[in-house]
Amino acid sequence: MKLTEQQQAILDGEKGEVMAKVMKTLVMYGEAFGAEAMVPVTSKYNHLVTSFGLGVIAPVYDLMEKLIEAGAVSSQQFSADPRPLDGNAPANFLQNLVFNKFMYNKQEFYEGQLEKLGLMDKNAFTCACYMDEVGNKPEKGDVLSWSESSAVVYANSVLGARCNRNSGIMDLMGSIVGYVPYFGLLTDEGRKATWIVKVKTTKKPEAQLLGSAVGMKVMEDVPYIVGLDKWIGSELNDSACTYLKDFGAATASNGAVGLYHVENLTPEAKEQGEALVAEDAKVYVVDDAELARVKAGYPIMWKKPNTKPKLCFVGCPHMSLQQLKDWTDKVEARLQKYGNKKVLIPTVFTAAPGVLQEFEKTDYAKRLRATGVITSYICPLMYMNNPLCAKMPVVTSSNKLRTYTTARYFTDNEILTLITRGGRKS
Amino acid sequence: MREFKGRVVTPGTAKAEAVVTHNGFNTLASLQKSLQFGDKTAKCTDQNNPDLYGKPLAGYALCLPQTIGSTTGGMVLYCACAMKRQPACMLFANQIDSLAAAGAILAEVWLDDVTMPVVDCLGDEFLDYVKDGMMITIGEDGMVKVE
Repeated sequence: MKLTEQQQAILDGEKGEVMAKVMKTLVMYGEAFGAEAMVPVTSKYNHLVTSFGLGVIAPVYDLMEKLIEAGAVSSQQFSADPRPLDGNAPANFLQNLVFNKFMYNKQEFYEGQLEKLGLMDKNAFTCACYMDEVGNKPEKGDVLSWSESSAVVYANSVLGARCNRNSGIMDLMGSIVGYVPYFGLLTDEGRKATWIVKVKTTKKPEAQLLGSAVGMKVMEDVPYIVGLDKWIGSELNDSACTYLKDFGAATASNGAVGLYHVENLTPEAKEQGEALVAEDAKVYVVDDAELARVKAGYPIMWKKPNTKPKLCFVGCPHMSLQQLKDWTDKVEARLQKYGNKKVLIPTVFTAAPGVLQEFEKTDYAKRLRATGVITSYICPLMYMNNPLCAKMPVVTSSNKLRTYTTARYFTDNEILTLITRGGRKS
Repeated sequence: MREFKGRVVTPGTAKAEAVVTHNGFNTLASLQKSLQFGDKTAKCTDQNNPDLYGKPLAGYALCLPQTIGSTTGGMVLYCACAMKRQPACMLFANQIDSLAAAGAILAEVWLDDVTMPVVDCLGDEFLDYVKDGMMITIGEDGMVKVE
């Protein structure tokens, strides 16, 4: 890799041993992908995936401490993934004991480290940092050092920023030095689609199911999706962005997608059209039968598959303000249909602290509370990592949550029926 | 016995029994619970990976196409190395992905007493040939012997 004089000086130790190691890490990272240069990080803010003070990841805290002690902190402030704890989320005495004493017993300490390293503010904890209410929304063409698979794929695909699927810790290192190696999704060539996905469903495909199918098929490749604009339109309005948020999260967790293009919709697809498609691109057709096949293939991790669910999570990744309002309408309407006043399964809608604050200013908040639904800024995935929670039959409309935990996936419509009508589900 | 030549991502030599996945290796889903609850054998907990689910990974030669899933993946792999619960080596059929590369490089640069050699670009033929239980020997030059 060819470094500038300034970059070489850091590598040679001009700014101390720790900074030299940070640069060495980034150089080795770039060389693994044939990067020939480092490019400046241009976004206003960074985003980190590691938000949880899990006692057992002491090696991460040790490394962070080395950075702090050496003054190797970022000039860029950052947001971080959601907190793993929130008193709003239902938990019994034993579950709380496990959360606080055995699992996230380093939360306070770690949040202290994050503040020293440059956390935007005390509430900057969400996986959907690009929401207007949070304020970490990069511009088109910005070069990022972000992690968090769902945020990276959104930033690349919907916002047109440029970011590789960086790992936790590596995200911070790029930001500290102010440069990232130039390879992969930062390059024009790396943003070309090597798959064409043809959506041929007879109705609007479920975002999280379509994303799962695409992720499992293309893995880390870039898909160019044709036929989706028929269902979600050709403007990046609130509804389309919400759809793409959930779709992208599923592509990134069920596979390793860091960028997708949607014909006639996402910024680069609108500008360049099929010129974005590589010559020998493979084709994947998604129809109703394919989506049904994918859904039927999900393993059921519950001890008793037809047991009544004890908890429902909606909002992985975190919900948008409009999504909270839409779900409020839908829950009310469905409760009325089934003649119930409150949800019959404890249900948690999760969103960024900033989004929840705005939601609270609307009439919807009171209406949602009346249905019995709880709101929280928690990370449902971190909640489900508690072995006592993992034993519970939990349902979700998140394919990301399904992938990493014992939670069982249902479509949005199925979830609405489950929580408003109740009953067992086999 | 067959030999495959790959590219060295992080250096070192190793001799270990193979565990093989033909699906992407989801690092978070596979390792997090094992690390969290003290399983020193690092049994794979990824319910979506029938090739590896329930099998111990610590000390084995992990043969895979690539890693997938959460961007905590590299950090999880780094922690596995720091806690000495990492695979003996990682052997990729494809070019390594950004998350696995991060984990392996972070361990190489920031941990003094840990080695986890990583070789990539071994090709589809490598994954077709290697089976669970075969003995893997890797050299400093990225040559992988499978027997």
